[in-house]
Amino acid sequence: MEQINGLTRGSPKRRDFLVAAAAGTAAALVLPRFASAAAAAPNASTYPAKAFIQKTEAATLQAMFGTSTVTASPDVKMDAPDIAENGAVVPISFDANAKNVTGAAILAIDNPFVMACAYKIPAGTNPAISSRVKLAKTTQVISVVEVGGKLMSTSKQVKVTLGGCG
Amino acid sequence: MRLAFIALALTVSAPLAQAASQPDPAADMKAFQGYFLKQFPKLPLAAYVNGPYNFSKSESDQWKQIMEFPPYQFAVDDGKKLFETKFPDGKTYASCFPNGGIGIAQNYPMFDAKTGKVVTLGIAINRCRVANGQKKLKLTVGPLADISAYMTSTSDGKPINVVIPHNPKALAAYEAGKEYFYTRRGQLNFSCASCHVQAAGMHLRGDVLSPALGLTAAFPLYRSSWGDMGTLVRRFIGCNQKVKSEPSKPDSTAYRDLAYFMTYMDNGLPESGPGARP
Amino acid sequence: MANQILVHAMTSGDTTTVEALVKHPMDSGFVKDAAGKIIPAHYIEVIEFTHMGKIVLTGYWGPAVSKNPFIKFSFQGGKSGDPIGVSWVDNKGETATTSANIM
Repeated sequence: MEQINGLTRGSPKRRDFLVAAAAGTAAALVLPRFASAAAAAPNASTYPAKAFIQKTEAATLQAMFGTSTVTASPDVKMDAPDIAENGAVVPISFDANAKNVTGAAILAIDNPFVMACAYKIPAGTNPAISSRVKLAKTTQVISVVEVGGKLMSTSKQVKVTLGGCG
Repeated sequence: MRLAFIALALTVSAPLAQAASQPDPAADMKAFQGYFLKQFPKLPLAAYVNGPYNFSKSESDQWKQIMEFPPYQFAVDDGKKLFETKFPDGKTYASCFPNGGIGIAQNYPMFDAKTGKVVTLGIAINRCRVANGQKKLKLTVGPLADISAYMTSTSDGKPINVVIPHNPKALAAYEAGKEYFYTRRGQLNFSCASCHVQAAGMHLRGDVLSPALGLTAAFPLYRSSWGDMGTLVRRFIGCNQKVKSEPSKPDSTAYRDLAYFMTYMDNGLPESGPGARP
Repeated sequence: MANQILVHAMTSGDTTTVEALVKHPMDSGFVKDAAGKIIPAHYIEVIEFTHMGKIVLTGYWGPAVSKNPFIKFSFQGGKSGDPIGVSWVDNKGETATTSANIM
């Protein structure tokens, strides 16, 4: 049985968050639907739907990036847990040590569909994104980044176990 | 030596038995907290509100990432709006609670001398609704869990302070809750204590069993396996189902008394709900 | 209270970090309800982040993105008070937009 020393109550981050939430007014943080005309809805026709229904890594990459050639690279760093505490919410983040990254994707090989999410990264945006994905079972998770039409990736196995507590 | 001990035991057993039959919640709490502090010497008392995350680095790392933007934040915001929405009679929830309902969640469950029953925060919210001509809400999920989440968030960090007054009914409710906690039930024949005292910190398949100490402090909870918010009663029902026993009704005396006992054991720990768990 | 988006944006030095939590069921279409019926797929397809009206990130999401999605990223530039816009469209054509100022 593991005992972690020094885990403080809540996480310090949580307290910061609560303070931040209190400092910003609710109106600034939460806007109901249609309350703001500041941004138009994105164009749904740009969605790469084909990339999201593929069952292999190669077909997914081909549909998303137009190539399935991918090189494993230590310049792509991924943070993913060894064992997911719950397969429905698995924090995954990647950080690419590369210039001119234009796109990225997170793949879960043993999910019903391999593609979890993909990003278009314009100049000036850092190629490092954190998000939370669902994993249907224990699987390789792959972070792919696109640089100059070429793909680099890193992968890691994430175990998804059955919980005992419902 | 042994004979001498027995002789001594015989002479003092009568007053001891009498003392033991008198409920002594304060002594129980000291022993309860002391048990865990001795079992896990590296864990300070306040850390128990973090439940399973004291026992798995991988899980606590994931939790920290999830707490960057906690999934219960929508519930807190929705709960605040509901809490501040006027009833048709012009009053709000604030009219039913001391200090307008702000910073008082750590005092629940409370013993209500008028009815002779334990009142949880959820039941108090429903009483407020009925007093203002509104229907009761579900005690397990939904708007009531959201209102509880908001009210609890205003007590963040305050020491849990459940009071058991010198009232025979209050003491009886406490004793009934304690008995429920230690009684085995269901086809699996587990008590609450089987998992949360005896096996605390160990794994049940992929899940870490939270110690009973501090368990109530993070409720209401966003559990990833629920995909939304739930109250302590929702968890009681889930645990009963898991050991294949018949759950009680959400507003039953059994669950009120159990919440009373368990939360009293957490007295002095910092209120830290709403929380997030796998 | 439907379709909320919570956004925090903070600038430190040259970099603005954006965190967002988006209220959405993200139903995968693989899960059954209590009655045993498949819950139809319902998920965000495209989400766009803008800074002063210029796109700083486009996300393409599928059914494997978790319920109430969270995202964190950063971009160069941005200063306190600048507006960050967030908008999404899902597979049913529903949309939501919001904006928040960099803290």
